[in-house]
Amino acid sequence: MMDGKPSAGEWLVGLIFIGLAVLIGYSLPRESDMARFADNGGTTAAPAETQQNAVPAGGGGKKSHSAAKTAFTPPDDSNIPDNDFGKMVKLGQAIFHDTQANAKEFVGNDLQCSNCHIDRGRLANSAPLGAAYVAYPAYRSKNDHVNTFQERLQGCFRFSMNGKAPPFNDKVLVALESYAYFLAQGLPTGDTKVEGRGYPALAKPARFDLQKGEKVYQAKCALCHGANGEGQEAADGSTVFPPLWGPRSFNWGAGMGSINNAAGFIKANMPLTQGNSLSDEDAWNVAAFLDSHERPQDPRFNGSAAETRKKYHDSKMSLYGTKVGDTVLGENSPPSGTVP
Amino acid sequence: MIVALAISLTLAQAVAVQAADGKDIFLHGGGEAPTCTACHGASGEGQPDAGFPRLAGLNATYMEEQIKSFKEGTRKDDTMTPIAKALPEADRKAVAAYVSDLTSSLAPSEEKPDKDSIAKGAELAAHGDWPQGLAGCNQCHGPGGIGVGTVFPKLAGQSAAYIEKQLNDWKAGSRTNDPLALMAGVAKKLDDDQIKAVAAYYASRNPDGAMASETKEPAQ
Repeated sequence: MMDGKPSAGEWLVGLIFIGLAVLIGYSLPRESDMARFADNGGTTAAPAETQQNAVPAGGGGKKSHSAAKTAFTPPDDSNIPDNDFGKMVKLGQAIFHDTQANAKEFVGNDLQCSNCHIDRGRLANSAPLGAAYVAYPAYRSKNDHVNTFQERLQGCFRFSMNGKAPPFNDKVLVALESYAYFLAQGLPTGDTKVEGRGYPALAKPARFDLQKGEKVYQAKCALCHGANGEGQEAADGSTVFPPLWGPRSFNWGAGMGSINNAAGFIKANMPLTQGNSLSDEDAWNVAAFLDSHERPQDPRFNGSAAETRKKYHDSKMSLYGTKVGDTVLGENSPPSGTVP
Repeated sequence: MIVALAISLTLAQAVAVQAADGKDIFLHGGGEAPTCTACHGASGEGQPDAGFPRLAGLNATYMEEQIKSFKEGTRKDDTMTPIAKALPEADRKAVAAYVSDLTSSLAPSEEKPDKDSIAKGAELAAHGDWPQGLAGCNQCHGPGGIGVGTVFPKLAGQSAAYIEKQLNDWKAGSRTNDPLALMAGVAKKLDDDQIKAVAAYYASRNPDGAMASETKEPAQ
């Protein structure tokens, strides 16, 4: 079984293999870019088997190069320098931890960066920020051009945070960029195969079963996220468990709206502290279940859910624009970009 | 109209009777159950150094469940088990509802809080120890441990000795009433120093979660 927390022995083995992995990795053809950092663009590539902590078994051919890798550990907070740059790193970290308080002018829902990027963007298999940083600038099919890292961050605010994009070089983006740069130290520029980058890609099932997904949801998720995906607040009104659908969650353009991203995240990390306890099948079904509910409109909506689907959601991994129950998702979505 | 009035009067009376019952049970006991105040204090403030938990302001549903757990054996305690068995469901509900509304101030403690331990606990509470697979406690128990909903109890202002004991009970498997076995999983990853640190941290907080002079700690 996979285990999110490598033991000391596994770390050692990993360290030994890392040299090998680098050698082998660079001698092999690169796979097409998939499982992009919280991206809903790369949904057509066939997902590889989950590679986390896998032992090279001779199978899988071109995938073996990443199988021996050990997840990257970003530098400890104590390495944040005591100067102006360090202050910016710390601001980025604070924004990451409490986006609601520290970047509220750009946020239109109840989420935090750290909801999907656990441990303030440090955790492997939870779209760690450092691994994303070294992969930009990059071409993204999502918007069909080369994106800088700042533009990628803008996308997070526009889609995942259902807010609005901070302008280029806004202090919020500079702080987040500085924090990401800090977390990326030790990684080679351009390495798009960092172990634990993005979310693990699970082997695709033949179909999704929303009813089974609902059962998993009620058994394992509703305790924290509420029977109707509404999340839960503490007595002071702050959101503790993020809403997973509905008007205060991420919008239809967000990476988590793609079932493959949600399934990978859930498999590796949910229920919180019990990562890798769900079967792949349960992870897929529950991901499909939560992505089969209405959420704020895709900000790229062009007046028709069918047309918007054709242009931006033409994938089995998105239920946007399809009929679920009595409704066509996207036809009556709550508004996007609801910045207070 | 008259019927509706009569019904609402009856309901109001019923609620009033229930509230009176809860207070009565808390102060004087009910049936075979003795007064709660002997251990938990006259206004539910607890006896922190003796490990008798503070109950004032805890969620009513949560407390009801705990009494039920003592009765059913998923929590074990020589004192609480017979008391819980002596309280029928209606009394359980009534006393939990009464205590959840109490707002007593923190009970005095002779324990000298260790600043380093509190600071370590604060860090663990806010951010966890993810290389060990540990989430921040506040990620479920709310900012400053003020509690969330009916299953994630308030920890702010709770007795350090009590918190330590609970974590060790989960670790040892003698407390098993946590939904999804979430706390058992967490407790088994905590070492003794971490247990002491989080206990000291939450004991150092006001029941509202934050020291007046501190900035609020955000939830994740």
